[in-house]
Amino acid sequence: MIYREVGDFKTTYRADGQTFPIRFDRWRYYAVLLVAFAVVPFIINDYWLNAVLLPFLIYSIAAIGLNILTGYCGQVSLGTGGFMAVGAYSCYKLMTGFPDLNIMICVLVSGIITALVGMLFGLPSLRIKGFYLAVATLAAQFFLVWMFNKVAWFYNYSASGQINAPERTMFGYKITGAETSAPVTYLFCLVLVVILAIVARNLTRGHLGRSWMAIRDMDIAAEIIGVNPLKAKLTAFGISSFYIGVAGALLFAVYLGAVEVGEVFGIQKSFLVLFMIIIGGLGSIFGSFAGAAFMVLLPVLLKNVLVGTLGWPTDIATHLEFAIVGALIVMFLILEPHGLAQLWRIVKEKLRLWPFPH
Amino acid sequence: MTDAAFQESYTTPDGRKIGDVVMEMKNISLRFGGVTAIKDISFDIREGEVRAIIGPNGAGKSSMLNVINGFYHPQEGEVWFRGEKRGPMKPYQIARQGIARTFQNIALFKGMSTLDNIMTGRLIHMNTSIASQAFWKGPAEREEIENRERVEKIIDFLEIQTIRKTPVGSLPYGLQKRVELGRALASDPSLLLLDEPMAGMNVEEKEDMSRFILDVNDEFGTTIALIEHDMGVVMDISDRVVVMDYGAKIGDGTPDEVRQDEKVIAAYLGVSHD
Repeated sequence: MIYREVGDFKTTYRADGQTFPIRFDRWRYYAVLLVAFAVVPFIINDYWLNAVLLPFLIYSIAAIGLNILTGYCGQVSLGTGGFMAVGAYSCYKLMTGFPDLNIMICVLVSGIITALVGMLFGLPSLRIKGFYLAVATLAAQFFLVWMFNKVAWFYNYSASGQINAPERTMFGYKITGAETSAPVTYLFCLVLVVILAIVARNLTRGHLGRSWMAIRDMDIAAEIIGVNPLKAKLTAFGISSFYIGVAGALLFAVYLGAVEVGEVFGIQKSFLVLFMIIIGGLGSIFGSFAGAAFMVLLPVLLKNVLVGTLGWPTDIATHLEFAIVGALIVMFLILEPHGLAQLWRIVKEKLRLWPFPH
Repeated sequence: MTDAAFQESYTTPDGRKIGDVVMEMKNISLRFGGVTAIKDISFDIREGEVRAIIGPNGAGKSSMLNVINGFYHPQEGEVWFRGEKRGPMKPYQIARQGIARTFQNIALFKGMSTLDNIMTGRLIHMNTSIASQAFWKGPAEREEIENRERVEKIIDFLEIQTIRKTPVGSLPYGLQKRVELGRALASDPSLLLLDEPMAGMNVEEKEDMSRFILDVNDEFGTTIALIEHDMGVVMDISDRVVVMDYGAKIGDGTPDEVRQDEKVIAAYLGVSHD
């Protein structure tokens, strides 16, 4: 009954083009922001932070990034793990090379470095499409992981080959290193997520986003109406890699603290983020959040139910998780290729008419 | 060849001014391996006219449009546009010169709404930086609204207000053709290429489409080159007609002249061999 556009007249194109045209949606969005910023930091504890909230926030950024490339521009990439590694190692080199540099700047510059690397590996996309491009990005994945293992300069010649995040503060609060407090790291990531999500929304609704979607839907027609395919694809690769690089930097510096490249940024990571956007919904910012939440929450939920409540062995629960995720991917591809975002859209469509059937 | 083709400029009986030559194809030949799609064809398109290209299936008409908008590069011959010889150019650069087109098989962006599809036609007029796009408020939003106003005029013109926010994939065929015309018009082209704009339409839809084509030509002063199989429509709306058969030009002139040309009649109706 409250979910209506009736009576909510738009008299300007500005009002018609806003992100949440329906008043109830707008309030819900403000309510979510209010809870995230003003309520959660006071009730958060370490378990919730490390098991759910931090991975959710960080993978949301990665999922938005991959969604820009794959969902909006139609270029399939399997190099997400490798690009996240670029973000992580850039952040490590920046943190150790410039100890006075603010951690926020380190994270953002890591994103920019990853964007440049991403554009370099995006160059073949001009010539190759679809599966062949996926294989080319797969090569990027393996090459980058190999490089970070092989070239000792990247991990400052440490004996273990690992990288460890040194302690950094912002406004006097510890962001990285040992003994950080839950609300601080949570807010640090939340601010980045909110800003990056708004930026992604803005980029995808303007002319840049339309040129990406035009390339995705029909590249020949796009070129004939005046889209420069090189520019569209490379900006998509660049911006997508920026997001993925920021996510990689956060995953290393804020969430894990210590990283061994093959273990954390392997091919599994590429597939994890790809599954997030397939389940969440290709070409949707909301879908990136939904997919990240789903893929982060599912293992936690299964573990709590199967191991915690039913007392199953952990390895069986883990394998069951693989099976369930696999089945869900197949199911989504067949039944709802547009993912959770489309289900959400259908629910909203129904809500607009409720309680009437038509 | 007609006298009209050699005149500088003239006024049609219904009062439209036909200007100088805007596009001239000189001795174009196009081959795909051993197959010759276009054999040594020359013709011109004048400012403000409706120029039809007709011919049986496989005559090379669509290839000709693909040469005009730079999708194919002919092995021989020259393309002159607005008095300049065209060098090697990419299709998107040619689009920026003011040449737009529609396709024989609808080539809309299926994942986007009608409004977004037509907005893509404005892409060549939109160039705010990535930074201002990311920030949105300010230049990016202003640019978006200015272009939206232009697009809304086209939506009004084509009478598709009610399907503004509908995804194009779910529209009926006739409307999709109309949206595609809208997308081409949105770029404010000076030369509009239409590849079978009326294929697969019923009589009513054809009448609507003919009206839109004539209105575009009349109100916006857009030069139009079109391929069409419906002879009734071609003869009614075009000023001059090029006839192609097996990649070669077999006729060129006003609809009346072409209709009486023996070679054209032979190509369309066949001749007895006795």
